[in-house]
Parts: sequence; C-alpha cells; structure tokens
Amino acid sequence: MKLPIQRLLAQAGPFLGLLVVIVLFAIPTETREFFLTYHNFKIILTQTVIVAVGALGMTLIIVSGGIDLSAGSSIAFTSVVGALLIQKGWGPAPVLAAVVLAGGAIGLLNGAAIAALRLVPFIITLGTLGVARGAAKWLGDNQTVNYDTSPINQWMTTADPFSYALPAGVWVAVGLAVVTAVYLRRTVFGRHIFALGSNEATARLCGVPVTRLKIAIYALAGCYFGLAGLFQLARLRQGDPTVAVGLELDIIAAVIIGGASLSGGVGTVLGSMIGALIMAVLRNGSQQMGWPTYFQEIIIGLVIIGAVFVDRLRQGKRAS
Amino acid sequence: MSTPSLTLSSAPPALRLAGIRKDFGGTQALRGVSLEVAAGEVHALIGENGAGKSTLMKILSGAHAADAGTMELSGQPYAPADPHDARCTGVAMIYQELNLALHLPAGENILLGAESARGGWIDRRASRERAREALAQLGHADLDLDRPAGRFSIAEQQVIEIARALLTRPRVLIMDEPTSSLTLADTERLFAVIQRLRAQGVSVIYISHFLEECRRIADRYTVLKDGETVGTGAMAEVTIDRLVTLMTGREVRNLYPRTEHAAGALVLEVRNLSRRPRLRSASLQLRAGEIFGLAGLIGAGRTELVRAIFGLDAAEAGSVVVGGTPEREADPRGRWRQGVGFLSEDRKEEGLMLSQSITDNLTLTKLGTFGRFGWIDAARQREAARRWVDELRVKCREPGQAAGELSGGNQQKVALARLLEHPARILLLDEPTRGIDVGSKAQVYELIGQLASAGKAIVMVSSYLPELLGLCDTIGVMCRGELAAVRPRSEWSEADLLRAATGGASAAPIA
Repeated sequence: MKLPIQRLLAQAGPFLGLLVVIVLFAIPTETREFFLTYHNFKIILTQTVIVAVGALGMTLIIVSGGIDLSAGSSIAFTSVVGALLIQKGWGPAPVLAAVVLAGGAIGLLNGAAIAALRLVPFIITLGTLGVARGAAKWLGDNQTVNYDTSPINQWMTTADPFSYALPAGVWVAVGLAVVTAVYLRRTVFGRHIFALGSNEATARLCGVPVTRLKIAIYALAGCYFGLAGLFQLARLRQGDPTVAVGLELDIIAAVIIGGASLSGGVGTVLGSMIGALIMAVLRNGSQQMGWPTYFQEIIIGLVIIGAVFVDRLRQGKRAS
Repeated sequence: MSTPSLTLSSAPPALRLAGIRKDFGGTQALRGVSLEVAAGEVHALIGENGAGKSTLMKILSGAHAADAGTMELSGQPYAPADPHDARCTGVAMIYQELNLALHLPAGENILLGAESARGGWIDRRASRERAREALAQLGHADLDLDRPAGRFSIAEQQVIEIARALLTRPRVLIMDEPTSSLTLADTERLFAVIQRLRAQGVSVIYISHFLEECRRIADRYTVLKDGETVGTGAMAEVTIDRLVTLMTGREVRNLYPRTEHAAGALVLEVRNLSRRPRLRSASLQLRAGEIFGLAGLIGAGRTELVRAIFGLDAAEAGSVVVGGTPEREADPRGRWRQGVGFLSEDRKEEGLMLSQSITDNLTLTKLGTFGRFGWIDAARQREAARRWVDELRVKCREPGQAAGELSGGNQQKVALARLLEHPARILLLDEPTRGIDVGSKAQVYELIGQLASAGKAIVMVSSYLPELLGLCDTIGVMCRGELAAVRPRSEWSEADLLRAATGGASAAPIA
C-alpha cells in the first residue's frame, strides 16, 4: 500500500512544485510588485516556449526509455537552416515545413543509428550533439545568419507588448502539448512508446515492432526540436549556430522535474510542461531578485536534484 | 563435556546438521533436514526441484538463518551471520551461475576482496603467489593470471571461481549443479579437481540432477524430498533406481483435471530446429486439442526450443511450420498474427511491463483492434481487461492498477490472459506455474485443460514432473539440447522421465 503522502505527491507533485516556486518569489519585497502580474506571466510563458516544445519531443524519447543529448544542437542547426531559407526569400509556411523536416532528419539519423548500430542512445546522441553543432556552424559559415525581415519574427512577440494577447508561439506550444498528450494516451503508437520504455523485452515478445518504433520516436522528436529551432530563430531574429548550447539539459530537466523516469515507461506531457514552467519561473524570479546568473544556475541545479528525489519518494514502493 | 573415549573413537564430522527447519511465510521449505558430511568426503545432495536443496544451501552459506535445528562444523556450533562470515568460518559455495568480474584479469578475480595489501597498496607479488598457489592446488598452475576472466571458457571460469573459494581455506565446499553447462570432457576435468580437493581433506557437497555423475564422484549421498531428509548412505550400496524412488516417492495427486480433448488436425510442426550450443536438434508435431509437455533439466534446451519456435531467438537451422509453409526466420509479431502466443518463464524481466496497468499488459498484442486508424477506444480496451480479470479471478483493485503491484500468481494470470484475449490457437507456455501458490496453480491447470478441450494446441515446458504427467497428452524429454524421447503420457512414469532427463537409459545416446 502506498502511504497517503506518497499518493498525494504522485497526483499533484509537479503542480505543487510550480506553486511553491511561484509563492517563493511572490513573497520578497523586491519582486512582490511586478512578479504576480499578468505581464510578467506573459513574459514567463513566452520564455518557456522553446524549452516546452523541445520537452514535448523529449517526453516521447524519455518515456520510451531513451535520451537525446543532441536537442540543443538540433535547435541551433534548424534555426540556421531557417535563416538561410528566409534569406533566399522563402515564405513562412515553406520555411516552417523545411525546418521541421530538418529537425526530423537529425532525429531519423539518431533513431536509425541507435537501431542499426545497437548502441545506447546516450552515445549516439552525444555524437550527434557534436555533428549537428558543427553542421550548423558550417552552414552558417561560422557566424550568425542575418536576414532583412520575416513574418516569423512576430511569432514570439505581440504587436503591442503591453496588450493582453499572447504570442503565437505560446498558443502553438499549448496546442501541440494537447495533441501530444492525446496521442500518447490514446493511440497504438503512444501506448507502444510506453510499452517499449516500460519493458523492451515484453514489447518485443508481444509483437511491438521495436526497431521501427525507435526510429519513428527519434524522428518525430526531431520534428519538435526543429519547431523549437524555428521559435529560437523568431526570438533572436537571426540564425545563430552558437545558440542553445546546453539547452538539451534544460529540456531533459523539464521532463524529469515533470515526473518522467529516466529508466522509461513513466512520464506525462502535462508534467513536462509544468517542469518547463518551473524552470522558466525560477529564471524569471531570480532575475527580478537581482541574483547573479551563477546563483540561478546553482538554484536550478539543486531543484533538479530535489525534484528527482521527490520522484523517488513517490515511487518509493517500486524502487525498493 | 565429552568423554575421552568418544573423542578418540570417532573424529567429529566436518559438517553435521540436525532437525533444520525453515518457513517462508506459511510455506514450509524445510521440515527437518539432517545431513552429515565427513572430512575429505564428496557428498551428493539429491532431490527434485523444490525439494529444499537451495534453501538448505542458503542456510549453510549464511544467506538465510534456520528457524530451528542445530549445525556443527568440525564439532563446533556453526551459525554464520552472513555469507562472508560463512566463508571465513570455512564454508564456501560455488553457485551454478558463476560470479566473476568478467573484465578483470583472472588473478584479480581470484583475489577479489582478499588481496594481499600493505597500507592500502596491493602487494602484487604476494597476491600473484597466492593466486598461483590456489590454482596449483587445483592442478591448473599454468592458467594465465593476466587474461580477463571473460575470455576463458566456462569450465576455466569455474576453476577460477573454485580457486577464489580456496583462498579462505574452506573445510566444506558446496557446488551447485557444477556440470550443468560443461561438456563431457570438461566434466572429467572438474572431477579431477574435486578428487584433488578430497585428497587434501576438503569436504565437497555436490548438488546435481545428473545421478550418474553423482554415483561416479560421490562417496555418500543424502536425498531430500519435500523439505525432509528421506534417505542417506554410501553411494556404493545404492542403485540409481533406488535414488529415483527416494526422490519421487509420492503418488501423483489429483490436482490435475483430466478433461477430454481429442487430438485434431496438425497445427504446428518443428523440424530439426537448432540454435547452438543450448539447442542442438528438436522435432515435434502438435495437433489441435493436444497438450505437449517438454520435460528436462534446467539448461537442457527446453526454453531455447520454444523461444526459437516463437522467433524470439533466431534458429540456426531447421524449420517451423505453422499452418502450411515451413519457415526458419520468424519474429514474434508475425507469430501473434498467425495465432501463436508465448508465455515467458520470466515474468518480471520479460513477461510483463510491471510499471504499466493490467489493461495495457493484457491487450498489448492487439491494441490496433480497439479502434480505427491507430486510435484506441479506451472503454473497449478496459472492458476486455475487466472481462478476464473477472473470469480468471485476478485479485486487484481495478484493471488500471500497475501489474507490478499484484502477487506472483495474479501476475501470471494477467500474462496468461494476454494469450486468451489475443486469442492464440497455439500456446507456448514456458513454466506456466513457476513461483505461484498452490491455489493459483490449480486454477492454471484447470484453465489449460479447458483450453485444450476448446481445441487449442499447447506446448508446455515444466520442471515439475507431476504437473506434466497430470496434464499432458504427450511428453517429450530434452537432454543436452536434443529432444529425443517423445511418447504418449501413458507410457511415461516419473522415474522414466527423470532417467531420460538425466541422460539415463531411456534417452538416445549422447554423441
């Protein structure tokens, strides 16, 4: 039997975490006035978009029992691809499609290599972390790729910064989260991802096409990273091959804080989204507190450890 | 206090156990075991699976504590706190599954945890000398100490492990099924090692299912049955038949419902299937409504055979015919489509997704049928699960509960229900009653009988002979990778099965 406290944590864990960080920053006098305003939340939500879209893809991978360390590099690579295409005069829709496919191509490579070489995802994606980063710099001729203007620049802001409207990117992230949550729960594909992550041997025994499924998961996740790359491009208004270094760790952290297990089979889209929000709130709050960035880094590091520890507590019975 | 005359007339035995009892939450694993092993004697410990040998060995090696009874080592009371304590006191154990750090050199493996050291620094020369000494004791002084353990053959790895055990100068060395993965030539070499140990005054407790081997190497024997010692004596004065009678002894009880099932059309034919080294050659024919039992020792190739049939492991040669076309290459996905289902012997590692719900576990092979275009109608899926949970009386809160939270028997029902829900017409069941309680066992037997009556064809691997004799229509015995003896159940007795499984008279000669 689970203890009542464990059951409570299991149900509300990530939500509680989010509430705690919000309350923590709402109390001090330095931040009290501005922190709890709509405009601040608009900023936080906008700042969450890139990590959130990446975390959707990463949720698929982590639930399947894998990992993708190349997400940050993929985001840089696809943002450079997008900027080059805009330079060539492509419209927003073709750029969107091409960038998503470019991300998907990197994912496809990851998945195919994992399946064909039978190496662990950690090794393969550690390799593509370097490969994609290098390819981005190569494509961008080792500098940022600038372009005059593009409608894509508007996707991460609103025309009037003080309006109550939210940028398109936020809505895309929310919509994509809903779609992902639904197919993860309600389709054969989604349930097979859970089966693969929970016990690969059982999945194989039960006729789940394990190899094909792995390739599909990494390719699809790559598409999410590609989209995140496009939002990265929209935010900077340029393609930067040196952007998003280490962002894969933020993305993985968001998924883990959201309750997913690195050993696979456990994880939810809602949890990952809240995980991404927790990270963004921490960043935003520490900035307003005037804390130096090194202090933010320490805080976020500790939160990751704390979150996984709480996760262990709530799965206490299974772990023992 | 003992009188001088007594101590003079008889030296105390190296090991003496009397009245050992052990309960595991209501089941009596040991109900009064006695065992006496003289110094410098090889003592065979014999018994069927579940007779209590493993429990007894765990108590001797300090992994468990006995509930009652006395243990003496060379006349001194012996009560090891843990395996390390047991080793230090003079009882060492060689497990069937070897415990070596395969990447480390042989020499380091032998000395692991007992290195000669000064102030934290390993004294390499002294260490090597001790390792060399231990190997010399076994007649393997020339073994390369610097080669990683994983690059030695299984037989040589065993020598490394025995050498490690010798470092603590044990008075009693326990060997659990040491020859189960050895070739005949390696078995001879192991016997030479055992004889050297005996000559040096070490007592060896030799556990094996191979009765012929026991007769050759052991001086005396003790037979366990249902947690009790049922016979002991000198090997020279006993026949194999007598040992078999002691081991089985029991009447086959009426746990097994004999339902009527007439054999129908041929549904599965296996021709000379092989996957070396464990599976050398197996052929069988299975008809609708037939229950085909596969008997044999652990490691005889039974599991390998059913896994190769199902396509979980690729066969090297031979073919499997399911409804018409012979194939050698197959995969589980295709087999399920053909209506073949598989129940793994290892529920936790392979059979079930412990972190997922009963519903997901039960319907995993056919998720696509609960809706269109890849969508799953969750209500229909739950309903299917609910039906089997009720039908098989799975004890759970709800079908959404994680499978890992159920008891072993209920987990097994969930794993079986997957085959029923699919539904499979050929069922490959590997140890379907392993590790489940008697009540659940009876239910599983009843279910298997009903399925055969309904025209399903069943292959059932089991290490428990009464179960095979009680349920099956046909029984085949595997021995060292070959399926040689296949006969109707009525032509088998428990003694015949044991003899055939241990390479005795009834089986084909071993090449």
